[in-house]
Amino acid sequence: MNELPQQLANGLALGALYGLIAIGYTMVYGIVQLINFAHGEIFMIGGFGALTTYLALPSGTSLMVVIPLMIIGGAIASVAVATAAERFAYRPLRGAPRLAPLITAIGLSIVLQQLVWGFYPDAKKPRSFPEFHGESFKIFDNLYLQRADAFILVLAPLCMLALGMFVAKSRSGRAMQATAQDPDTAKLMGINTDRIIVMAFAIGAAFAAVAAVAYGLDKGQINFEMGFLLGLKAFTAAVLGGIGNIYGAMVGGVVLGLAEALSIAYIEEIPGMQQLGGGAWANVWAFVLLIVVLLVRPQGLLGERVADRA
Amino acid sequence: MTALLEVEDLRVAYGKIEAVKGISFSVEAGQVVTLIGTNGAGKTTTLRTLSGLLKPSGGRILFDGKPLNGIPAHKIVALGLAHSPEGRHIFPRLTIAENLQLGAFLRTDKAGIEKDVQRAYDLFPILGERRKQAAGTLSGGEQQMLAMGRALMSQPKLLMLDEPSMGLSPIMMQKIMETIVELKAAGTTILLVEQNAQAALSLADQGHVMEVGKIVLSGTGPDLLHDESVRKAYLGED
Repeated sequence: MNELPQQLANGLALGALYGLIAIGYTMVYGIVQLINFAHGEIFMIGGFGALTTYLALPSGTSLMVVIPLMIIGGAIASVAVATAAERFAYRPLRGAPRLAPLITAIGLSIVLQQLVWGFYPDAKKPRSFPEFHGESFKIFDNLYLQRADAFILVLAPLCMLALGMFVAKSRSGRAMQATAQDPDTAKLMGINTDRIIVMAFAIGAAFAAVAAVAYGLDKGQINFEMGFLLGLKAFTAAVLGGIGNIYGAMVGGVVLGLAEALSIAYIEEIPGMQQLGGGAWANVWAFVLLIVVLLVRPQGLLGERVADRA
Repeated sequence: MTALLEVEDLRVAYGKIEAVKGISFSVEAGQVVTLIGTNGAGKTTTLRTLSGLLKPSGGRILFDGKPLNGIPAHKIVALGLAHSPEGRHIFPRLTIAENLQLGAFLRTDKAGIEKDVQRAYDLFPILGERRKQAAGTLSGGEQQMLAMGRALMSQPKLLMLDEPSMGLSPIMMQKIMETIVELKAAGTTILLVEQNAQAALSLADQGHVMEVGKIVLSGTGPDLLHDESVRKAYLGED
Protein backbone atom coordinates (compact mmCIF):
# COMPACT_ATOMS: atom_id res chain seq x y z
CA MET A 1 0.00 0.00 0.00
CA ASN A 2 1.18 3.49 -0.78
CA GLU A 3 2.14 5.05 2.51
CA LEU A 4 3.03 8.48 1.13
CA PRO A 5 -0.26 10.19 2.15
CA GLN A 6 0.23 8.97 5.71
CA GLN A 7 3.80 10.28 5.82
CA LEU A 8 2.68 13.63 4.44
CA ALA A 9 -0.04 13.89 7.08
CA ASN A 10 2.44 13.07 9.85
CA GLY A 11 4.85 15.64 8.50
CA LEU A 12 2.15 18.25 8.21
CA ALA A 13 1.04 17.75 11.82
CA LEU A 14 4.63 17.95 13.06
CA GLY A 15 5.22 21.00 10.87
CA ALA A 16 2.13 22.76 12.19
CA LEU A 17 3.46 22.27 15.71
CA TYR A 18 6.87 23.70 14.74
CA GLY A 19 5.20 26.58 12.94
CA LEU A 20 3.08 27.53 15.92
CA ILE A 21 6.14 27.75 18.15
CA ALA A 22 8.16 29.46 15.42
CA ILE A 23 5.71 32.38 15.42
CA GLY A 24 7.12 33.37 18.81
CA TYR A 25 10.68 33.57 17.52
CA THR A 26 9.77 35.38 14.36
CA MET A 27 7.48 38.02 15.90
CA VAL A 28 9.97 39.01 18.57
CA TYR A 29 12.81 39.02 16.06
CA GLY A 30 10.76 41.04 13.58
CA ILE A 31 10.20 43.79 16.11
CA VAL A 32 13.27 43.93 18.35
CA GLN A 33 15.82 41.86 16.35
CA LEU A 34 16.29 39.59 19.36
CA ILE A 35 16.51 35.80 19.12
CA ASN A 36 14.58 34.86 22.23
CA PHE A 37 16.33 31.58 22.97
CA ALA A 38 14.17 31.20 26.08
CA HIS A 39 11.11 30.73 23.87
CA GLY A 40 11.43 26.94 24.02
CA GLU A 41 11.07 27.23 27.79
CA ILE A 42 8.07 29.53 27.36
CA PHE A 43 6.55 26.66 25.39
CA MET A 44 7.42 24.24 28.20
CA ILE A 45 5.90 26.54 30.82
CA GLY A 46 2.74 26.73 28.71
CA GLY A 47 2.62 22.95 29.05
CA PHE A 48 2.98 23.09 32.82
CA GLY A 49 0.37 25.83 33.08
CA ALA A 50 -1.99 23.57 31.16
CA LEU A 51 -1.09 20.63 33.41
CA THR A 52 -1.81 22.69 36.52
CA THR A 53 -5.20 23.63 35.12
CA TYR A 54 -5.96 20.00 34.30
CA LEU A 55 -5.04 18.86 37.82
CA ALA A 56 -7.20 21.58 39.36
CA LEU A 57 -10.31 20.39 37.53
CA PRO A 58 -12.47 17.67 39.07
CA SER A 59 -11.66 14.27 37.57
CA GLY A 60 -14.21 13.07 35.10
CA THR A 61 -14.71 16.49 33.53
CA SER A 62 -15.34 16.14 29.80
CA LEU A 63 -12.33 16.65 27.54
CA MET A 64 -14.40 19.17 25.60
CA VAL A 65 -14.23 21.35 28.68
CA VAL A 66 -10.82 20.31 29.96
CA ILE A 67 -8.83 21.05 26.81
CA PRO A 68 -10.02 24.62 26.18
CA LEU A 69 -9.41 25.40 29.85
CA MET A 70 -5.95 23.83 29.61
CA ILE A 71 -5.13 26.07 26.66
CA ILE A 72 -6.29 29.12 28.59
CA GLY A 73 -4.38 28.10 31.74
CA GLY A 74 -1.28 27.32 29.71
CA ALA A 75 -1.47 30.63 27.88
CA ILE A 76 -1.85 32.57 31.13
CA ALA A 77 1.32 30.93 32.47
CA SER A 78 3.37 31.33 29.29
CA VAL A 79 2.26 34.91 28.63
CA ALA A 80 2.97 35.90 32.23
CA VAL A 81 6.50 34.48 32.10
CA ALA A 82 7.24 35.85 28.61
CA THR A 83 6.10 39.38 29.40
CA ALA A 84 7.96 39.34 32.71
CA ALA A 85 11.08 38.22 30.85
CA GLU A 86 10.63 41.08 28.40
CA ARG A 87 10.12 43.63 31.16
CA PHE A 88 12.87 42.57 33.54
CA ALA A 89 15.45 40.76 31.41
CA TYR A 90 15.32 42.18 27.88
CA ARG A 91 14.00 45.73 28.18
CA PRO A 92 16.87 46.94 30.39
CA LEU A 93 19.24 45.68 27.68
CA ARG A 94 17.58 47.44 24.78
CA GLY A 95 20.27 49.46 23.08
CA ALA A 96 23.01 47.25 24.53
CA PRO A 97 25.26 45.32 22.13
CA ARG A 98 23.30 42.45 20.58
CA LEU A 99 25.35 39.79 22.31
CA ALA A 100 24.09 40.89 25.75
CA PRO A 101 20.39 40.07 25.26
CA LEU A 102 21.33 36.89 23.40
CA ILE A 103 23.38 35.58 26.31
CA THR A 104 20.62 36.71 28.66
CA ALA A 105 18.12 34.67 26.67
CA ILE A 106 20.28 31.54 26.94
CA GLY A 107 20.72 32.13 30.67
CA LEU A 108 17.02 32.70 31.13
CA SER A 109 16.30 29.47 29.31
CA ILE A 110 18.43 27.52 31.79
CA VAL A 111 16.92 29.35 34.77
CA LEU A 112 13.35 28.62 33.67
CA GLN A 113 14.12 24.95 33.08
CA GLN A 114 15.75 24.58 36.47
CA LEU A 115 12.96 26.45 38.25
CA VAL A 116 10.37 24.04 36.87
CA TRP A 117 12.63 21.06 37.58
CA GLY A 118 13.26 22.21 41.14
CA PHE A 119 9.93 23.63 42.23
CA TYR A 120 7.10 22.14 40.19
CA PRO A 121 5.76 19.10 42.08
CA ASP A 122 7.22 15.86 40.71
CA ALA A 123 8.62 17.60 37.64
CA LYS A 124 11.85 15.63 37.91
CA LYS A 125 10.09 12.90 35.97
CA PRO A 126 7.60 13.26 33.10
CA ARG A 127 4.09 14.28 34.14
CA SER A 128 1.01 12.78 32.53
CA PHE A 129 -1.42 14.68 30.37
CA PRO A 130 -5.07 13.62 29.99
CA GLU A 131 -5.62 10.50 27.88
CA PHE A 132 -6.46 11.73 24.41
CA HIS A 133 -5.66 8.82 22.13
CA GLY A 134 -8.92 7.32 20.99
CA GLU A 135 -9.75 5.94 17.64
CA SER A 136 -8.02 7.56 14.68
CA PHE A 137 -10.04 9.23 11.96
CA LYS A 138 -9.95 7.22 8.78
CA ILE A 139 -9.67 9.54 5.80
CA PHE A 140 -8.68 6.97 3.13
CA ASP A 141 -7.59 3.35 3.29
CA ASN A 142 -4.00 4.50 3.46
CA LEU A 143 -4.51 7.66 5.54
CA TYR A 144 -5.45 7.69 9.19
CA LEU A 145 -5.38 10.82 11.25
CA GLN A 146 -4.70 10.51 14.96
CA ARG A 147 -6.81 12.68 17.19
CA ALA A 148 -3.81 14.69 18.42
CA ASP A 149 -2.72 15.31 14.81
CA ALA A 150 -6.21 16.40 13.85
CA PHE A 151 -6.19 18.72 16.86
CA ILE A 152 -3.05 20.59 15.78
CA LEU A 153 -4.02 20.54 12.09
CA VAL A 154 -7.23 22.39 12.94
CA LEU A 155 -5.86 24.76 15.59
CA ALA A 156 -2.64 25.88 13.90
CA PRO A 157 -4.29 27.25 10.74
CA LEU A 158 -6.97 28.93 12.86
CA CYS A 159 -4.33 30.63 15.00
CA MET A 160 -2.42 31.74 11.90
CA LEU A 161 -5.54 33.09 10.24
CA ALA A 162 -6.46 35.05 13.35
CA LEU A 163 -2.93 36.43 13.62
CA GLY A 164 -2.82 37.34 9.94
CA MET A 165 -6.10 39.24 10.21
CA PHE A 166 -4.98 40.95 13.40
CA VAL A 167 -1.70 42.15 11.92
CA ALA A 168 -3.17 43.26 8.60
CA LYS A 169 -6.46 44.79 9.71
CA SER A 170 -6.42 45.95 13.31
CA ARG A 171 -5.09 49.24 14.61
CA SER A 172 -2.65 47.43 16.91
CA GLY A 173 -1.57 45.20 14.04
CA ARG A 174 -0.81 48.22 11.89
CA ALA A 175 1.14 49.70 14.78
CA MET A 176 3.03 46.42 15.05
CA GLN A 177 4.05 46.55 11.39
CA ALA A 178 5.13 50.15 11.76
CA THR A 179 7.21 49.32 14.83
CA ALA A 180 8.88 46.42 13.02
CA GLN A 181 9.75 48.59 10.03
CA ASP A 182 10.97 51.70 11.86
CA PRO A 183 10.61 51.90 15.65
CA ASP A 184 11.67 55.53 16.11
CA THR A 185 9.31 56.77 13.43
CA ALA A 186 6.54 54.62 14.92
CA LYS A 187 6.98 56.60 18.14
CA LEU A 188 6.62 59.83 16.17
CA MET A 189 3.20 58.57 15.05
CA GLY A 190 2.15 58.27 18.69
CA ILE A 191 2.65 54.51 18.92
CA ASN A 192 3.71 53.24 22.32
CA THR A 193 6.37 50.88 21.01
CA ASP A 194 7.04 49.36 24.44
CA ARG A 195 3.45 48.15 24.49
CA ILE A 196 3.80 46.73 20.97
CA ILE A 197 6.91 44.80 21.99
CA VAL A 198 5.09 43.32 25.00
CA MET A 199 2.26 42.37 22.65
CA ALA A 200 4.67 40.52 20.33
CA PHE A 201 6.06 38.53 23.24
CA ALA A 202 2.54 37.78 24.52
CA ILE A 203 1.19 36.55 21.17
CA GLY A 204 4.21 34.29 20.66
CA ALA A 205 3.80 32.89 24.17
CA ALA A 206 0.08 32.22 23.74
CA PHE A 207 0.76 30.34 20.49
CA ALA A 208 3.48 28.37 22.24
CA ALA A 209 0.96 27.37 24.92
CA VAL A 210 -1.44 26.06 22.26
CA ALA A 211 1.46 24.08 20.79
CA ALA A 212 2.40 22.75 24.22
CA VAL A 213 -1.12 21.43 24.84
CA ALA A 214 -1.13 19.80 21.41
CA TYR A 215 2.29 18.28 22.06
CA GLY A 216 1.31 16.99 25.51
CA LEU A 217 -1.89 15.44 24.22
CA ASP A 218 0.05 13.73 21.45
CA LYS A 219 2.81 12.33 23.68
CA GLY A 220 0.57 11.77 26.70
CA GLN A 221 3.09 13.55 28.91
CA ILE A 222 5.25 16.63 29.30
CA ASN A 223 8.62 17.23 30.96
CA PHE A 224 10.80 20.15 31.96
CA GLU A 225 13.28 19.55 29.12
CA MET A 226 10.84 19.40 26.26
CA GLY A 227 11.41 23.05 25.28
CA PHE A 228 15.01 22.53 24.31
CA LEU A 229 14.81 20.43 21.16
CA LEU A 230 11.39 21.70 20.11
CA GLY A 231 12.53 25.26 20.62
CA LEU A 232 15.58 24.60 18.49
CA LYS A 233 13.47 23.00 15.77
CA ALA A 234 10.97 25.84 15.81
CA PHE A 235 13.82 28.35 15.63
CA THR A 236 15.12 26.40 12.64
CA ALA A 237 11.66 26.60 11.09
CA ALA A 238 11.56 30.37 11.64
CA VAL A 239 14.96 30.84 9.98
CA LEU A 240 14.04 28.43 7.17
CA GLY A 241 10.87 30.39 6.40
CA GLY A 242 12.59 33.79 6.73
CA ILE A 243 12.79 35.12 10.25
CA GLY A 244 10.63 38.16 10.86
CA ASN A 245 7.88 36.92 8.52
CA ILE A 246 4.90 35.30 10.28
CA TYR A 247 3.81 33.31 7.23
CA GLY A 248 7.41 32.27 6.77
CA ALA A 249 7.32 30.72 10.26
CA MET A 250 4.41 28.49 9.28
CA VAL A 251 5.88 27.63 5.87
CA GLY A 252 9.25 26.89 7.46
CA GLY A 253 7.57 24.69 10.07
CA VAL A 254 5.67 22.69 7.49
CA VAL A 255 8.73 22.26 5.24
CA LEU A 256 10.75 21.10 8.22
CA GLY A 257 8.04 18.74 9.44
CA LEU A 258 7.59 17.20 5.99
CA ALA A 259 11.34 16.82 5.57
CA GLU A 260 11.58 14.96 8.86
CA ALA A 261 8.64 12.67 8.16
CA LEU A 262 9.79 11.86 4.65
CA SER A 263 13.39 11.30 5.70
CA ILE A 264 12.26 8.84 8.37
CA ALA A 265 10.22 6.92 5.85
CA TYR A 266 12.21 7.04 2.67
CA ILE A 267 15.91 7.75 3.16
CA GLU A 268 16.60 4.18 4.17
CA GLU A 269 15.07 2.93 0.92
CA ILE A 270 17.71 4.75 -1.10
CA PRO A 271 20.37 2.16 -2.01
CA GLY A 272 23.52 2.64 0.04
CA MET A 273 21.84 4.88 2.63
CA GLN A 274 20.15 2.25 4.78
CA GLN A 275 22.07 3.34 7.85
CA LEU A 276 21.15 7.00 7.42
CA GLY A 277 17.36 6.62 7.56
CA GLY A 278 14.84 6.09 10.31
CA GLY A 279 13.94 8.25 13.26
CA ALA A 280 17.48 8.47 14.61
CA TRP A 281 18.61 10.54 11.65
CA ALA A 282 15.56 12.77 11.27
CA ASN A 283 17.15 15.67 13.15
CA VAL A 284 20.26 15.45 11.03
CA TRP A 285 18.24 15.69 7.82
CA ALA A 286 16.25 18.59 9.25
CA PHE A 287 19.42 20.58 9.85
CA VAL A 288 20.95 19.53 6.53
CA LEU A 289 17.86 21.00 4.90
CA LEU A 290 18.36 24.22 6.86
CA ILE A 291 21.97 24.50 5.70
CA VAL A 292 21.06 23.86 2.07
CA VAL A 293 18.25 26.42 2.08
CA LEU A 294 20.42 29.03 3.74
CA LEU A 295 23.19 28.46 1.18
CA VAL A 296 20.77 29.07 -1.67
CA ARG A 297 18.49 31.64 -0.02
CA PRO A 298 20.20 33.20 3.01
CA GLN A 299 17.11 35.28 3.81
CA GLY A 300 14.95 32.14 4.12
CA LEU A 301 12.07 30.98 1.95
CA LEU A 302 9.80 34.01 2.44
CA GLY A 303 12.33 36.42 3.91
CA GLU A 304 12.98 39.84 2.51
CA ARG A 305 16.39 40.80 1.35
CA VAL A 306 18.01 43.01 3.94
CA ALA A 307 18.14 45.85 1.42
CA ASP A 308 14.34 45.99 1.42
CA ARG A 309 14.27 46.66 5.12
CA ALA A 310 16.25 49.90 4.94
CA MET B 1 1.52 86.34 24.47
CA THR B 2 3.92 83.49 25.04
CA ALA B 3 5.37 81.62 22.09
CA LEU B 4 4.04 78.23 20.96
CA LEU B 5 7.48 76.70 21.45
CA GLU B 6 10.09 78.03 23.81
CA VAL B 7 13.50 76.42 24.03
CA GLU B 8 15.76 77.62 26.83
CA ASP B 9 19.42 76.67 27.18
CA LEU B 10 18.78 73.23 25.67
CA ARG B 11 21.64 70.77 25.99
CA VAL B 12 21.82 67.28 24.47
CA ALA B 13 24.67 64.84 24.82
CA TYR B 14 25.54 61.49 23.24
CA GLY B 15 27.47 59.91 26.08
CA LYS B 16 30.18 62.40 26.94
CA ILE B 17 29.96 64.29 23.69
CA GLU B 18 27.67 67.28 23.82
CA ALA B 19 25.98 67.78 20.46
CA VAL B 20 23.77 70.69 21.47
CA LYS B 21 25.47 73.08 23.87
CA GLY B 22 22.82 75.33 25.32
CA ILE B 23 20.61 76.85 22.65
CA SER B 24 17.58 79.11 23.12
CA PHE B 25 14.98 80.11 20.56
CA SER B 26 11.25 80.33 20.23
CA VAL B 27 8.55 79.79 17.62
CA GLU B 28 5.40 81.92 17.60
CA ALA B 29 2.13 80.50 16.33
CA GLY B 30 1.84 81.03 12.57
CA GLN B 31 5.56 81.57 12.07
CA VAL B 32 8.04 79.65 9.98
CA VAL B 33 11.32 79.41 11.86
CA THR B 34 14.38 77.81 10.35
CA LEU B 35 17.57 76.34 11.79
CA ILE B 36 20.37 76.34 9.27
CA GLY B 37 23.95 75.20 9.49
CA THR B 38 26.38 72.61 8.25
CA ASN B 39 26.36 68.88 8.92
CA GLY B 40 26.96 68.10 12.57
CA ALA B 41 25.83 71.52 13.79
CA GLY B 42 23.20 69.86 15.99
CA LYS B 43 20.06 70.73 14.01
CA THR B 44 18.70 67.21 13.70
CA THR B 45 19.66 66.46 17.30
CA THR B 46 17.62 69.49 18.35
CA LEU B 47 14.51 68.29 16.50
CA ARG B 48 14.88 64.72 17.76
CA THR B 49 15.05 66.08 21.29
CA LEU B 50 11.98 68.27 20.82
CA SER B 51 9.96 65.27 19.62
CA GLY B 52 11.16 63.13 22.52
CA LEU B 53 13.36 60.63 20.66
CA LEU B 54 16.39 61.95 22.55
CA LYS B 55 16.56 63.03 26.17
CA PRO B 56 17.94 66.50 26.88
CA SER B 57 20.83 66.67 29.34
CA GLY B 58 19.85 70.17 30.38
CA GLY B 59 17.64 73.13 29.70
CA ARG B 60 13.93 73.54 29.25
CA ILE B 61 11.40 73.00 26.47
CA LEU B 62 7.98 74.62 26.79
CA PHE B 63 5.41 73.66 24.18
CA ASP B 64 2.03 75.31 24.28
CA GLY B 65 2.77 76.27 27.87
CA LYS B 66 3.66 72.74 28.99
CA PRO B 67 7.16 71.46 29.78
CA LEU B 68 8.16 68.60 27.45
CA ASN B 69 11.11 67.34 29.45
CA GLY B 70 10.76 63.67 30.29
CA ILE B 71 7.62 63.06 28.23
CA PRO B 72 8.05 60.00 25.95
CA ALA B 73 7.94 60.56 22.19
CA HIS B 74 4.63 58.79 21.63
CA LYS B 75 2.90 61.19 24.01
CA ILE B 76 4.46 64.34 22.58
CA VAL B 77 2.74 63.94 19.22
CA ALA B 78 -0.57 63.90 21.10
CA LEU B 79 0.23 67.42 22.36
CA GLY B 80 0.38 68.70 18.78
CA LEU B 81 4.02 68.44 17.81
CA ALA B 82 4.60 66.52 14.56
CA HIS B 83 8.03 65.58 13.25
CA SER B 84 8.86 64.69 9.66
CA PRO B 85 12.27 63.13 10.22
CA GLU B 86 15.50 63.50 8.29
CA GLY B 87 15.78 60.85 5.60
CA ARG B 88 11.97 60.73 5.33
CA HIS B 89 11.52 57.41 7.16
CA ILE B 90 8.28 56.40 5.55
CA PHE B 91 7.15 52.83 6.34
CA PRO B 92 8.40 51.15 3.15
CA ARG B 93 6.30 47.98 3.21
CA LEU B 94 3.01 49.71 4.02
CA THR B 95 0.97 51.43 1.34
CA ILE B 96 0.77 55.18 0.96
CA ALA B 97 -2.76 55.16 2.36
CA GLU B 98 -1.61 53.11 5.36
CA ASN B 99 1.30 55.48 5.97
CA LEU B 100 -1.10 58.41 6.04
CA GLN B 101 -3.45 56.53 8.38
CA LEU B 102 -0.54 55.96 10.77
CA GLY B 103 0.02 59.69 10.83
CA ALA B 104 -3.45 59.92 12.34
CA PHE B 105 -2.81 57.02 14.74
CA LEU B 106 -4.02 58.87 17.83
CA ARG B 107 -7.09 60.41 16.22
CA THR B 108 -10.50 58.81 16.52
CA ASP B 109 -12.59 61.11 14.29
CA LYS B 110 -12.97 58.88 11.26
CA ALA B 111 -14.65 61.48 9.07
CA GLY B 112 -12.00 64.06 9.91
CA ILE B 113 -9.20 61.61 9.13
CA GLU B 114 -10.81 60.81 5.79
CA LYS B 115 -11.00 64.53 5.03
CA ASP B 116 -7.34 65.04 5.89
CA VAL B 117 -6.26 62.05 3.77
CA GLN B 118 -8.09 63.72 0.90
CA ARG B 119 -6.35 67.00 1.72
CA ALA B 120 -2.97 65.23 1.53
CA TYR B 121 -3.93 63.85 -1.88
CA ASP B 122 -4.96 67.34 -2.99
CA LEU B 123 -1.67 68.76 -1.78
CA PHE B 124 0.30 65.95 -3.46
CA PRO B 125 -1.80 64.43 -6.28
CA ILE B 126 0.84 61.76 -7.02
CA LEU B 127 0.15 60.23 -3.58
CA GLY B 128 -3.52 59.90 -4.41
CA GLU B 129 -2.76 58.19 -7.70
CA ARG B 130 -0.54 55.64 -5.98
CA ARG B 131 -2.41 55.24 -2.68
CA LYS B 132 -2.44 51.42 -2.86
CA GLN B 133 1.26 51.16 -3.69
CA ALA B 134 3.95 50.20 -1.15
CA ALA B 135 5.60 53.41 0.01
CA GLY B 136 9.06 51.92 -0.56
CA THR B 137 8.45 52.00 -4.32
CA LEU B 138 8.14 55.80 -4.40
CA SER B 139 10.94 58.09 -5.58
CA GLY B 140 12.81 60.15 -3.02
CA GLY B 141 10.78 63.27 -3.68
CA GLU B 142 7.50 61.37 -3.50
CA GLN B 143 8.61 59.80 -0.22
CA GLN B 144 9.29 63.30 1.09
CA MET B 145 5.79 64.35 0.12
CA LEU B 146 4.43 61.30 1.93
CA ALA B 147 6.49 62.07 5.03
CA MET B 148 5.14 65.61 5.10
CA GLY B 149 1.59 64.50 4.40
CA ARG B 150 1.86 61.91 7.15
CA ALA B 151 3.13 64.46 9.67
CA LEU B 152 0.21 66.76 8.81
CA MET B 153 -2.25 63.93 9.51
CA SER B 154 -1.92 64.45 13.26
CA GLN B 155 -3.29 68.00 12.86
CA PRO B 156 -0.20 69.43 14.54
CA LYS B 157 0.05 72.84 16.15
CA LEU B 158 3.71 72.78 15.14
CA LEU B 159 5.14 70.91 12.16
CA MET B 160 8.86 70.10 12.33
CA LEU B 161 10.48 69.35 8.98
CA ASP B 162 14.00 67.96 8.98
CA GLU B 163 15.90 68.44 5.72
CA PRO B 164 12.90 68.09 3.42
CA SER B 165 15.02 68.96 0.36
CA MET B 166 17.84 66.51 1.08
CA GLY B 167 18.86 64.44 -1.92
CA LEU B 168 16.11 65.76 -4.18
CA SER B 169 16.34 66.93 -7.76
CA PRO B 170 16.11 70.72 -8.23
CA ILE B 171 12.59 70.42 -9.62
CA MET B 172 11.42 68.25 -6.73
CA MET B 173 13.10 70.58 -4.26
CA GLN B 174 11.25 73.50 -5.81
CA LYS B 175 7.98 71.61 -5.41
CA ILE B 176 8.65 70.84 -1.74
CA MET B 177 9.57 74.44 -0.99
CA GLU B 178 6.44 75.67 -2.74
CA THR B 179 4.42 73.33 -0.56
CA ILE B 180 6.00 74.79 2.57
CA VAL B 181 5.02 78.27 1.35
CA GLU B 182 1.48 76.96 0.78
CA LEU B 183 1.32 75.48 4.26
CA LYS B 184 2.61 78.73 5.72
CA ALA B 185 -0.05 80.68 3.87
CA ALA B 186 -2.65 78.33 5.35
CA GLY B 187 -1.41 79.30 8.80
CA THR B 188 0.69 76.22 9.67
CA THR B 189 3.44 76.86 12.20
CA ILE B 190 6.67 75.29 10.98
CA LEU B 191 10.11 74.65 12.40
CA LEU B 192 12.29 73.93 9.39
CA VAL B 193 15.77 72.46 9.45
CA GLU B 194 17.63 72.84 6.18
CA GLN B 195 21.06 72.71 4.69
CA ASN B 196 19.77 74.63 1.73
CA ALA B 197 20.06 77.98 3.51
CA GLN B 198 18.99 80.07 0.52
CA ALA B 199 15.66 78.30 0.16
CA ALA B 200 14.99 78.11 3.89
CA LEU B 201 15.81 81.73 4.67
CA SER B 202 13.80 83.12 1.78
CA LEU B 203 10.58 81.69 3.19
CA ALA B 204 11.28 81.93 6.95
CA ASP B 205 10.11 84.61 9.36
CA GLN B 206 12.96 83.86 11.73
CA GLY B 207 16.25 82.10 11.20
CA HIS B 208 18.97 80.78 13.48
CA VAL B 209 22.41 79.77 12.32
CA MET B 210 23.86 76.80 14.20
CA GLU B 211 27.53 75.90 14.42
CA VAL B 212 28.88 72.97 16.46
CA GLY B 213 25.97 72.87 18.87
CA LYS B 214 25.42 76.58 19.35
CA ILE B 215 23.30 79.27 17.78
CA VAL B 216 25.82 81.78 16.47
CA LEU B 217 23.50 84.17 14.68
CA SER B 218 19.77 84.92 14.72
CA GLY B 219 17.58 87.25 12.74
CA THR B 220 14.66 87.53 10.39
CA GLY B 221 14.83 85.49 7.20
CA PRO B 222 15.60 88.48 4.92
CA ASP B 223 18.20 89.88 7.37
CA LEU B 224 20.13 86.61 7.46
CA LEU B 225 19.78 86.20 3.74
CA HIS B 226 21.60 89.50 3.30
CA ASP B 227 24.08 89.03 6.14
CA GLU B 228 27.59 88.95 4.80
CA SER B 229 28.91 86.18 7.03
CA VAL B 230 25.91 83.98 6.23
CA ARG B 231 26.36 84.60 2.53
CA LYS B 232 30.01 83.61 2.77
CA ALA B 233 29.55 80.54 4.93
CA TYR B 234 26.27 79.07 3.69
CA LEU B 235 25.34 80.56 0.37
CA GLY B 236 28.63 79.82 -1.32
CA GLU B 237 29.62 83.39 -2.05
CA ASP B 238 32.99 84.98 -1.50
